[in-house]
Amino acid sequence: MQPLRLWEVVVVELSGAEIVIQCLKEEGVEYIFGYPGGAVLHIYDALFKQNDVKHILVRHEQGATHAADGYARSNGKPGVALVTSGPGATNAVTGIATAYMDSIPMVVLTGQVPSPFIGSDAFQEVDTVGITRPCVKHNFLIKDVRDIASTFRKAFYLATSGRPGPVVIDIPKDVTDPNIKIPFSYPKKIKMRSYNPVAKGHLGQIKKAVDLMLAAEKPVFYTGGGVILDNADKELVELVQMLGFPITSTLMGLGAYPGTDKQFIGMLGMHGTYEANMAMHETDTLIAVGARFDDRVTGQIAQFCPNATIIHIDIDPSSISKNVRVDIPIVGPVKSVLGDMLQVLKDGKQIPGSDAISKWWKQIEEWRGKRCLKYDQNSGIIKPQFAVETLYRVTKGDAFVASDVGQHQMFAAQFYRFDKPRRWINSGGLGTMGFGLPAGMGIQLAHPKAEVAVITGEASIQMCIQELATCKQYNLPLKILLLNNGYMGMVRQWQEFFYDGRYSHSYVDSLPDFVKLAESFGHVGMKIEKPGELEGAMQEAFAMKDRLVFMDVVVDPTENVYPMIEAGKGHHEMHMSPGSELV
Amino acid sequence: MRHIISILMENESGALSRVAGLFSARGYNIESLTVAPTEDPTLSRMTLVTRGDEAIIEQITKQLNKLVEVVKLLDLSDGPHIEREIMMIKLKADNGRREEVFRLVDIFRGKVVDVTESTFVVELTGKSAKLDAFIKAANEDSIVEVVRSGPLGIARGSKGLKL
Ligand SMILES: Cc1cc2nc3c(=O)[nH]c(=O)nc-3n(C[C@H](O)[C@H](O)[C@H](O)COP(=O)(O)OP(=O)(O)OC[C@H]3O[C@@H](n4cnc5c(N)ncnc54)[C@H](O)[C@@H]3O)c2cc1C
Ligand SMILES: Cc1ncc(C[n+]2csc(CCOP(=O)(O)OP(=O)(O)O)c2C)c(N)n1
Ligand SMILES: [Mg+2]
Repeated sequence: MQPLRLWEVVVVELSGAEIVIQCLKEEGVEYIFGYPGGAVLHIYDALFKQNDVKHILVRHEQGATHAADGYARSNGKPGVALVTSGPGATNAVTGIATAYMDSIPMVVLTGQVPSPFIGSDAFQEVDTVGITRPCVKHNFLIKDVRDIASTFRKAFYLATSGRPGPVVIDIPKDVTDPNIKIPFSYPKKIKMRSYNPVAKGHLGQIKKAVDLMLAAEKPVFYTGGGVILDNADKELVELVQMLGFPITSTLMGLGAYPGTDKQFIGMLGMHGTYEANMAMHETDTLIAVGARFDDRVTGQIAQFCPNATIIHIDIDPSSISKNVRVDIPIVGPVKSVLGDMLQVLKDGKQIPGSDAISKWWKQIEEWRGKRCLKYDQNSGIIKPQFAVETLYRVTKGDAFVASDVGQHQMFAAQFYRFDKPRRWINSGGLGTMGFGLPAGMGIQLAHPKAEVAVITGEASIQMCIQELATCKQYNLPLKILLLNNGYMGMVRQWQEFFYDGRYSHSYVDSLPDFVKLAESFGHVGMKIEKPGELEGAMQEAFAMKDRLVFMDVVVDPTENVYPMIEAGKGHHEMHMSPGSELV
Repeated sequence: MRHIISILMENESGALSRVAGLFSARGYNIESLTVAPTEDPTLSRMTLVTRGDEAIIEQITKQLNKLVEVVKLLDLSDGPHIEREIMMIKLKADNGRREEVFRLVDIFRGKVVDVTESTFVVELTGKSAKLDAFIKAANEDSIVEVVRSGPLGIARGSKGLKL
């Protein structure tokens, strides 16, 4: 017998389907959220034959993408989903767009009809690359089994580097044919001449920015999701505390700076605090960090920060001066730029303990003293704010909180003071109802020991309610806090304010019995109607460590979210809660 | 303002639709777009004419640069450059009009590239404004058909849009 030569030993031959799985292993993927169908059967067969990549069978492809997204948001690793062609892919689109708007790293594998059939209106054919093009960072159609490995390498690199985002890989069925085997090796490095995200900010600009910050009399940090995406919370905290400036955050940035620290003046924007929005209106030096000047934040552009010189740190040049003209742009990763700023300061810049800053704080404390988030504590009916505060107490402010979209989302953002990044998980940019429950599943899988709460509304929860079955199958002990106001509250609020109370189709009729519904899925259901019962019930729920508990909390149907800046108004023109000292 | 933007991009299927999709999705206006492979078969070069104020053009170039397949981009309008467009125009050339067409082609330094009993095809190269002027000068009801390439551009001087 001839002795084997070395290369004959190491070269493995794999089918396309096996290569797909092998690539996922190479990328360290633990979980893949998916739903089978004709075009991905070869891949499912390859999945079946191994145990390294664990497949979570969702009940709707939207759930797969949101779960992958929640997984990614909560631990920073890319989320992965697998769906079949046609309806599988179209069902996934909402989740892909949700991740895109919030810059979440995700890789979505979609099956496609066999390549010879592409373009023939074949069974379950859609142009997935075309449909997803506007809501992905990039997408690929693999045409040759030999391209799978390099495409996966590129996809994961694109999804996680620079400004992160979802990447779709469309895989025709014939490319995964189990009978065609080729040698497999995974590229170690990938170079793309057309894609080079910036690694460092321009030092000259950074120094200019620091000088400006030191000369400021009414400075404010305005930070966003970019700080969390880049894991730059430590640098942010150090810099903000070194300078002693006030800091506000967008909805997406909450938790990057501790919400309970005295320098934190709350969220800004449409439902931001009075002190944060007033500080924006009066500031002379705005330091925007990983935030994208969204219209929920800026209000009317003409009235936005009328007196400020604006510094903006962002990795995406197209975020800079897109909506608001910026004076000192710094293109680069937040973590490295903040690190450089700290270095410049430590290298001998004097931080003036200036009178101006104390005067500024006095003004801010005065605004803060108005207690804009005050609500009726003596109400006989549960106030949604009170429910969130109770959740905060019961979980000691340390839970992961996923949310759906609506008033409950805003109450969660205002009243659960997040001290750590990646704890607050919600759809900000797309505002996707139905996000919360499946996102919670992804979070729980990423953090099996952690307490994961899902704050939701009776309208939102019904959009992905089928995932309760997934939670049962995989023992995901989420704690669902349904703030049941019987309305699409956020819609009702706008109708109350801007349509003279014509509540057109915002009443959520024919609600199911949520307790029985939860029970029918094999979970624990609770209905809570009195303020006095709330804390006890929640304690009980969280004590059930290995059960999903669905808390149907009946809250005041008429409560509104305050403060509120109408779309198109300035930061100083807020609607205040009727009980507030500011009316 | 009118801007003429040159783009080097990966010669891959789908790259063109990404550019076109970007313009429609973001509501940018696009006056013309031409694309063809370059001497390097892995690259194609696109020339795109658009209009917008400074802020919009800034966003357009940033958004184009963000497309993964875009390798390099140059706004030719930022400096001195040469711009050419080619037009082929089919004109009626029945008896009374033949002389007139010849005279016009001569003035505009065009070329007659096809002749039949009743029509001429004229080829004309130049700045877009020159082609506009030719169309205007030609008698409206003698025009059978017009096809234009959209402008191509290249920067003057030693600088080149290369990898
Ligand atoms: C019902 C509802 C109400 C809302 N009300 C409010 C409100 O009152 N206030 C509010 O703030 N939002 C509100 N939002 C959310 C809003 O729509 C936007 O999603 C949010 O304001 C955007 O946050 P952001 O600016 O932090 O941007 P993100 O979407 O988080 O964008 C992050 C930015 O950071 C950049 N970035 C990414 N990675 C890096 C890196 N490594 N280095 C540097 N930069 C990086 C990106 O390029 C981008 O510009 C609301 C949403 C809903 C659904
Ligand atoms: C998929 C989807 N459809 C519609 C909307 C518009 N929308 C925003 S909030 C909201 C109402 C949400 O109601 P509910 O879940 O009960 O929350 P509440 O505001 O009552 O707390 C609607 C319909 C949306 N954001 N997402
Ligand atoms: Mg509701």
